[in-house]
Amino acid sequence: MLRRMSNAILAEGLVKRFGPTVALNGVDLAVGQGTVLGLLGPNGAGKTTAVRILATLLRPDEGRATVGGLDVERDAHRVRAMIGLTGQYASVDDQLTGSENLRLIGRLLGLSRTAARSRAAELLAGFGLQDAADRAAKTYSGGMRRRLDLAASLIGRPRVLFLDEPTTGLDPRARADVWDIIRELVTSGVSVLLTTQYLDEADQLADEIVVIDHGRVIAGGTPDELKRQTGAQTLMVRPSLESDAEKVRAVVAELAAKPELSGAVVTAQVTDPAVLPVVVRRLDDAGVRVSELTLRTSTLDEVFLALTGHRAEEVSA
Amino acid sequence: MTTIAASRRGGVGQSLSLAWRGLVQIRHNPFELGDLSFQPIMFVLLFTYLFGGAISGDPVTYLQFMLPGIIVQSGLMATMNTGMGLSMDLHKGFFDRLQALPIARWAPLAGRVISDAVKQGWSMAVLLGTGYAIGFRATEGVVAVLAAFGLMLAFSLLASWFAVFTGTIASDPEKVMMYGFTAVFPLSFLSNAFVKTETLPGWLQAFVKVNPVTHVSDALRGLLTGGPVLEHAMWGLLGGLVIAVVFAPLAVIRLKRR
Repeated sequence: MLRRMSNAILAEGLVKRFGPTVALNGVDLAVGQGTVLGLLGPNGAGKTTAVRILATLLRPDEGRATVGGLDVERDAHRVRAMIGLTGQYASVDDQLTGSENLRLIGRLLGLSRTAARSRAAELLAGFGLQDAADRAAKTYSGGMRRRLDLAASLIGRPRVLFLDEPTTGLDPRARADVWDIIRELVTSGVSVLLTTQYLDEADQLADEIVVIDHGRVIAGGTPDELKRQTGAQTLMVRPSLESDAEKVRAVVAELAAKPELSGAVVTAQVTDPAVLPVVVRRLDDAGVRVSELTLRTSTLDEVFLALTGHRAEEVSA
Repeated sequence: MTTIAASRRGGVGQSLSLAWRGLVQIRHNPFELGDLSFQPIMFVLLFTYLFGGAISGDPVTYLQFMLPGIIVQSGLMATMNTGMGLSMDLHKGFFDRLQALPIARWAPLAGRVISDAVKQGWSMAVLLGTGYAIGFRATEGVVAVLAAFGLMLAFSLLASWFAVFTGTIASDPEKVMMYGFTAVFPLSFLSNAFVKTETLPGWLQAFVKVNPVTHVSDALRGLLTGGPVLEHAMWGLLGGLVIAVVFAPLAVIRLKRR
């Protein structure tokens, strides 16, 4: 009971099947009050299904879930009064203006006409949309739409927010804007369940990350724990001479586990950024000239490869 | 933080807000009103002057017979807008947004039906107005005309469950219109909306006589230009009810299983 009170979201053993497809195969999740849980996984992993169940849009076949201590099936109506949902696709009405979209939600939530109007104006200003308030949403850019969508889910001052891939398809600047908004919300005490395909997004925002694949939780922990588990970064070395590739592999193998050689390019997962100068020195000692050498954050693909032994695309197929 | 008193306005108020949503769009997209007006005007003029002479000897005599029928056909076609709008909401995620709000489960559908009924009333008024301008005369008085509006709205309300169902199964909104044409065209033409039943071959008469479009057309004729009303209205509404009883549960199942 105590555990449930301290968790904004708690899911136990969620199972959901669509015909022969098992979308969720026993998923447990816990989101602490005022924290962000990043739900990470490729397309088709079951992220959206999990969000839809927790947001009362779908009933699980097995398992149970509570939001704010209330059962999402039996107390669906009260759960809805406390959550905000921002879908994978910007779910605003294209034909309505930004202001009309927000006023509509306000009215539906029981605000008076004046209260809905002032709440809409407040949010539009807060999200830098005041100049576009009276333009139809279909004229908005991708980033503006996403901000409007976020604003729409905040009208009722939700205590729990579901963000289903809030930055998919956005350019880096628009994405950074959305991140800032999310950080501000969390500071004000909102609990967030964030699904994303991007490791760096989860890294930026989440207190904890759960990785799901094929409807199962395959890893979880703080971003740092996950990185230690999987190799946070990828080292990539391309020698000037293709014939040096094997030498490069040998050098990298001394510093990182399981380097992979494909063509003349050697890649390896590394956890310690300090490895970079060491690699440079040793390659120099070995007399290898390098045309390209990078250390970058692992892509989701690489995390997946490390965690599951298969690549992300195969999962979504 | 204020927790919103979700039920303060109740399902009716929520439906009206959502109906407002459907109507305020017209202000930004006046073409929609054009669609609702030009098409009826064009159909009335085309049918009257193209077929009037051939079918009834002169256009106005035919108009007097055909206008109630065209009202029914255009009403059925208009129900497909309900399905298309629903399909659009489902695909764009707006439906999810509404379902995640603490509102009555039926409010989104009711709101859409209300706004579409208003648009339908408008279409019907345009049809009647156009007819009037070129010689149609309602002979049974204002109350009967209002009753005709009422009957037509009731019938399309029932029949719109077919459109709602297609909206829930269509893989994209355009498909709804395709399904709609495929169903509404035969249903409205294989009736006595445009030609007298006696002129048809016997096997076709058998279908025409049970087609609810025939009965609603006849009931509207009764209300607008004189003749029996009650029996035709009952059969027409019964037909609509059958459509609703078949497709409403199917639509609701589809919506719940998404």
